[in-house]
Amino acid sequence: MINFIVEDRNGEQRPVEVPEGIGLNLMEVLKASDYDIMATCGGMGLCATCHVQVLEGHDNLPPVSDVELDILDTLPSAHDDSRLACQLRVDESMEGALFRIASEEPS
Amino acid sequence: MITTDICIIGAGPVGLFAVFEAGLLKMRCHLIDALPQVGGQLSEIYPQKPIYDIPGYPEVKAQELVDNLMDQIASFKPTFSLGERVEVLDKQEDGSYIVETNEGTRVHCQVVVIAAGLGSFEPRKPEISGLERFEGKGVSYMVKNPELLRDRRVVLAGGGDSALDWTIFLANVAQEVTLVHRGETFRGAPDSAEKVFELAQEGKINLILNSNISSINGNGHLKEVTLVGKDKNSYTMEADHLIPLFGLSPKLGPIADWNLAVDKSAINVNTFDYSTNVERIYAIGDINTYPGKLKLILCGFHEAALMCQSAFKYVYPNQKLSFKYTTVNGVPTF
Repeated sequence: MINFIVEDRNGEQRPVEVPEGIGLNLMEVLKASDYDIMATCGGMGLCATCHVQVLEGHDNLPPVSDVELDILDTLPSAHDDSRLACQLRVDESMEGALFRIASEEPS
Repeated sequence: MITTDICIIGAGPVGLFAVFEAGLLKMRCHLIDALPQVGGQLSEIYPQKPIYDIPGYPEVKAQELVDNLMDQIASFKPTFSLGERVEVLDKQEDGSYIVETNEGTRVHCQVVVIAAGLGSFEPRKPEISGLERFEGKGVSYMVKNPELLRDRRVVLAGGGDSALDWTIFLANVAQEVTLVHRGETFRGAPDSAEKVFELAQEGKINLILNSNISSINGNGHLKEVTLVGKDKNSYTMEADHLIPLFGLSPKLGPIADWNLAVDKSAINVNTFDYSTNVERIYAIGDINTYPGKLKLILCGFHEAALMCQSAFKYVYPNQKLSFKYTTVNGVPTF
């Protein structure tokens, strides 16, 4: 099992447990866990509506690609620890990480 | 006032195909979309991405599908109000509707079809103190008419392609152009980024990196923009215009106020004909929800066809609808 923590927009933190080898990205896991994120483009990394901040464990994740950085650059609220959840495959690199949902709320 | 049979809110693939299905039943359509071009998400977010699940197309680029849909509906002469957002649905005594946009466009129709996807695409607004107070008074989120910026002092904010492109363009138009970016590099089109650095070196623009805009001020109209650097130092500069360019994000917007049954930002419909709980208002495509809903373009096409069969009775109340294959009769024209 891979364990990490998700902080919602209200600051509430909850542990999330995902079986290894599930083959999903973080955006898909967040949606499946009923977190309110839009993911407008469905995971192409083009809309930035699955923006998360990696508060802990940022350095363990695979490096951010130029394409992902480019999309993050379009956000007014991106930080150095920002990632697009859809570009993060859920695997051992996320063990112990803390993700804060930073994308705008669906209206 | 524009008069039509069906007013379609949203000119994405499903809204466009609804024009075709309506046209087969001799119903005319007017489409309204908040974006300045047709195609919805396909044109705005992923025009060059291939789609693999459109029947009959092993692979088709998103923009190509939109272009083909426009060809397919051309003979039905749909009319468009682009770059406008629907604000009000005003029910008339005879049951028909007048649809009104934020630009004051009014459309009289027998049927309203909401094909609005995830809502209308609206600019993302950065957190800047005083921002909304100066909207339309120096603050705007897109450049509609660059001539209005001629010989003015313009501050742009953002790090994406549109921020770079407008900086380059306005360098020759405005009196003074300043680009504020929270990072120190640009990953967008490398050519544009290089050009922006060149312009900065030549002194033709001000490029302020590692900084954010924290507040703005003015007296009725924008006068000052205050920046804060990563080093926490702040700096105030004079400006006539501020244009934050941080992309677009879909918002449900006024749809939420139309007394429609809504479940988690989606409109509940009856799968018999994709009607909503309000007579003469239908919802098709990604905006609707029902048991088993799949957000697929092909499902939206199916919904458009069934919706039109049902909407016919409002447009032609005295006629009996007879189902015809296009292979038998071809495609009628207006």
